[in-house]
Amino acid sequence: MSSETKQILTTDGIPLEVSLKKAEKKNKIKAFLLVAPLLLFLIITYVFPIGEMFSRSIDDKMITNMLPKTFKEMEKWDGQELPSEEVFSAFYYDFKVLVEKQEHGKLGQRLNKEKNGFNSITKRLFRQVKGKKIDESISIKEQIMKVHKRWRNVEYWQAIKRTAPPYTMAKYLKGMDMYYAADGSIAQVEEDRRIHRILWLRTLEIAFFVTLFCFLMGYPIAHLLATLPMKYSNLLMICVLLPFWTSLLVRTASWMILLQQQGVVNDFFVMIGLVADDNRPEMMYNKVGTYVAMTQILLPFMVLPLYSVMKTISPSLMRAGKSLGGTPFVAFWKVYFPLTIPGIGAGCLLVFILAIGYYITPALVGGASGTLISNQIAFHMKQTLDWSFASAMGLMLLSGVLVIYWIYNKLVGVDNIKLG
Amino acid sequence: MALPSYTETRYRIWHYIYIAICTFVFFFLIAPLFVIFPLSFNAEEFLVFSEGMKNLDPDAFSLRWYKDMIYGTKNPWGLAAKNSFIIAIFATIGSIILGTLAALGLSSRHMPYKGIIMATLISPMIVPLIISGVAIFFFMAKVGLAATHTGIVLAHIILGTPFVVITVTATLSGFDHSVTRAAASLGSNPINTFMKVTLPLILPGVISGGLFAFVTSFDEVVVVLFLAGLENTTIPIQMWTGLREQLSPTILAVATCLIILSTLILISAELLRRRSERLRGINR
Repeated sequence: MSSETKQILTTDGIPLEVSLKKAEKKNKIKAFLLVAPLLLFLIITYVFPIGEMFSRSIDDKMITNMLPKTFKEMEKWDGQELPSEEVFSAFYYDFKVLVEKQEHGKLGQRLNKEKNGFNSITKRLFRQVKGKKIDESISIKEQIMKVHKRWRNVEYWQAIKRTAPPYTMAKYLKGMDMYYAADGSIAQVEEDRRIHRILWLRTLEIAFFVTLFCFLMGYPIAHLLATLPMKYSNLLMICVLLPFWTSLLVRTASWMILLQQQGVVNDFFVMIGLVADDNRPEMMYNKVGTYVAMTQILLPFMVLPLYSVMKTISPSLMRAGKSLGGTPFVAFWKVYFPLTIPGIGAGCLLVFILAIGYYITPALVGGASGTLISNQIAFHMKQTLDWSFASAMGLMLLSGVLVIYWIYNKLVGVDNIKLG
Repeated sequence: MALPSYTETRYRIWHYIYIAICTFVFFFLIAPLFVIFPLSFNAEEFLVFSEGMKNLDPDAFSLRWYKDMIYGTKNPWGLAAKNSFIIAIFATIGSIILGTLAALGLSSRHMPYKGIIMATLISPMIVPLIISGVAIFFFMAKVGLAATHTGIVLAHIILGTPFVVITVTATLSGFDHSVTRAAASLGSNPINTFMKVTLPLILPGVISGGLFAFVTSFDEVVVVLFLAGLENTTIPIQMWTGLREQLSPTILAVATCLIILSTLILISAELLRRRSERLRGINR
């Protein structure tokens, strides 16, 4: 059919279709150019650095660069018996270079992490090499083996071989309380040292319960706000918005004052006779404090999406449900509640995402039993300076958050996020 | 919420339970903020209500912590406040410019890959702050901007733009694009059209996004903890150290000031929202 119709031309004689496409393309470029500055800025300062966190978390090039000749020779070694004379001498020449550069200490420390006992035997070897006591004209293997009996132990050479690949997943395994065993298989850390798994589970548990509490508390008040006449609901809305706009630290500080042993909440409990004055319960520096403070802090993020959905539900629907014979409970459950599900989804996902990465409040009121995975990341960034481990843990957390973000985007759409 | 006279007793009871729950939740939300006010006027050094305060004895109240906040020799609140305001103002300006431009592009129906780009632009709001902090720290350390005001301002622009993008996009969703076409047909160039027609209409959205960006920067502590040196200390950092080390009532004096500030911001945000809805013809 299209071949029969006469092609429509613009006044310039160009086919309309072509001209339209050209204009569309121009508009596309225009729109993109407006977004470009921010997009570029974010990619350079934010997206790339997150990528860099990934390369940092798997990077293990240090030893690979320190012992190039050794690893080349080790390719031929089967890893069962003690390595050959060539491996020993390659190792000796690599080590000699390190001694000249004064980097042998770093090698010892890094290998010691792989297998205990390396630090002392590299020091011994260093003394021999420094004192030029090793004769390069005869068998180097024999001489190194004489330095310390551990150099005769094949397990130590296997440990060196394990450090050969420039990349490692060891940090991720460590984040899940696992490690590479001597034979290269993945093993579990002993039961009483599995700290990270506890932290992951606790983070999920706290995020889940905080979301649940926020929902249970947020739903009634969002409903009240949405159904009250404007002049009352505006006033009550302040109760939601003022905490929302108030500094997080201020809110945490007020909880620290309320929950301390001589604090207002405990005073109140003593007053109504719930607890004895000399037996005030510890409500801060544990999970209770984290739950209470985080619920109050994140509650507005639940109420606001719920409210904006409930506002759109016409009150006549409930009346219709009741007039058709439903009791108020049935009308609510069959008519009103299903209509609020988009709001529930939005609110719960938002609160869960925020809760799972929470740092400040758990660090201040959480104590030892209330800290979350974020606190562990900060600890490795600031205290142990194991940045690659912090990066690995951060990315593990991030991947979880991104999955939820993706679901959120599918269900709610990021462009539907409402603020205030 | 008066109940009709024919309501059965059990629903009547349920209704009062519902009101009681709501009252409790509202109390739970707002009451913690009010415990700070009286304690900041405490004459003693402890963060508990003294006997004198409970009996409303005027001697139990004093302004000493406010004096300490302003004149205290060892207190770095002056420097912290100055830094906080400088950083927040520049971060807000940056966020507004970048965010508004991006929102204009995103609202165009010609925008390609809208979904993925929007998701990227919003991501700093969603990604846990601790991860943003680590990533931004790596970047700033590499380009030598760690422990500088510039570095912190850039970091806060990253965190603040999503709010501007969201509010301005929301404002633009009710925007009648025929007015810009009308301006163009009357011979106005695009920049003039933007300044004279579009901007005045979306200004409430821009400013309320700016308020969000300002508050985000002013209240941000996780990223700053990684980036700041001694010279760049901000109010949140001082509060953080204070809360961790020695809880002094001076912190409560600062907190009271911050609550007053956030009340002012809340009022302006509400006024702007209403104005914006009026401008866009949304009647409620």
